[in-house]
Amino acid sequence: MDRIKVATVWLGGCAGCHMSFLDLDEFLIDLAGRIELVYSPIADVKEYPEGVDLCLIEGAVCNEDNLELLHKVRARTKVLVSFGDCAVTCNVTSLRNYLGAANVDQILQRAYIEAADTNPVKPGLEGIVPRLLPKVRPVHDVVPVEHFLPGCPPSAPRIKAFFSNLLDHTPALSGAQLKFG
Amino acid sequence: MAAKTLIIDGKQVSAENHTTILQAATDNGIAIPTLCHLEGVYDVGACRLCIVEVKGTAKLLPACTTRIYEGMEVTTDSERLRKYRRMTLELLFAERNHICAVCVANGHCELQALAYGLGMDHVRYDYCNPAWAVDASHRFMGMDHNRCILCTRCVRVCWHIEGAGTKNVAGRGTKSRIISDLNEPWGDSTTCTSCGKCVLACPTGALFHKGDTAGESVRDRSKLGFIVNAREKQQWTV
Repeated sequence: MDRIKVATVWLGGCAGCHMSFLDLDEFLIDLAGRIELVYSPIADVKEYPEGVDLCLIEGAVCNEDNLELLHKVRARTKVLVSFGDCAVTCNVTSLRNYLGAANVDQILQRAYIEAADTNPVKPGLEGIVPRLLPKVRPVHDVVPVEHFLPGCPPSAPRIKAFFSNLLDHTPALSGAQLKFG
Repeated sequence: MAAKTLIIDGKQVSAENHTTILQAATDNGIAIPTLCHLEGVYDVGACRLCIVEVKGTAKLLPACTTRIYEGMEVTTDSERLRKYRRMTLELLFAERNHICAVCVANGHCELQALAYGLGMDHVRYDYCNPAWAVDASHRFMGMDHNRCILCTRCVRVCWHIEGAGTKNVAGRGTKSRIISDLNEPWGDSTTCTSCGKCVLACPTGALFHKGDTAGESVRDRSKLGFIVNAREKQQWTV
């Protein structure tokens, strides 16, 4: 049997979901026999490839880079999974949304000027640091998503259950496996 | 007391006159999801999670405030009911800022438990992200309006168990909010007895004890029913 091509991407999140993925421990060895990891922040691949079967998306859509990558991921992938609370609900990354229209200026001012001990300067270098979007959005608000795996982070047993079900073509999780937070 | 017979989910049951559908179902071991309902205080039908189908009525009726009648036929679980219950939950999550990961009630929250119980894996509606404040003016307790679902449990326990009448609802629509006295900071309230029943009653992390951090707010809500039972029936032991 051909191994399915799996990618993982890291948008606006803390990498905790990827850490949790690594907590799969010896199941990663089993998984390696059934999947081929073609793109991931934990693999040295520069360009998101064509023809990916499954992509786990960690994080909310927070900046222009997230948006561009997500559209590329959707165009080149059969099945998308919102992986963790930030992707599913925006979670903590959405805390700036309630500040309203001027939230981007406000949070940059607060973080890089007011809270700076030395050298206060906003990261405004065009083309180097991606610009923040006016509003943080969950992944399914931007592109269609096939499956949702909530949790902050989803625990390794839940990720394992999800993968086991998916590889056996029964992807639905239920009950406490769907718990947020 | 006259008894009525009715059918709930195809099962013939009897219950006392003036009983609600929820009570009749619970007494007969049929579980209906609830959120604003709380043992010990009267029902208001605020959350609409306990909606049921009643034969002969096109409308969905809240089980907690609808009285039974002779020959009533009730359905408590169907595709249609699950659809509306899930929709209600998603709207509750979208209306304010429910961020489970950093909530005091994470893992002990009735809203969260209902969401995964009904298979809510994401919210299809746009999040409103409203700007709500936290009232931390009280010495021991806090009110985080971001987590409030306006079930009014706190208002009912404050008025009808404690008898203090501190908590109220003000405003209209999405601007509705729980207030203390005449919309004063909770810490300035002259009526609050600091009994903590509101915190005990709250189904989410909206009302909390100061010092609780994420996931630490564990509450034994049966204490409220115990107080009422002891007071009304003079039964002090379980």
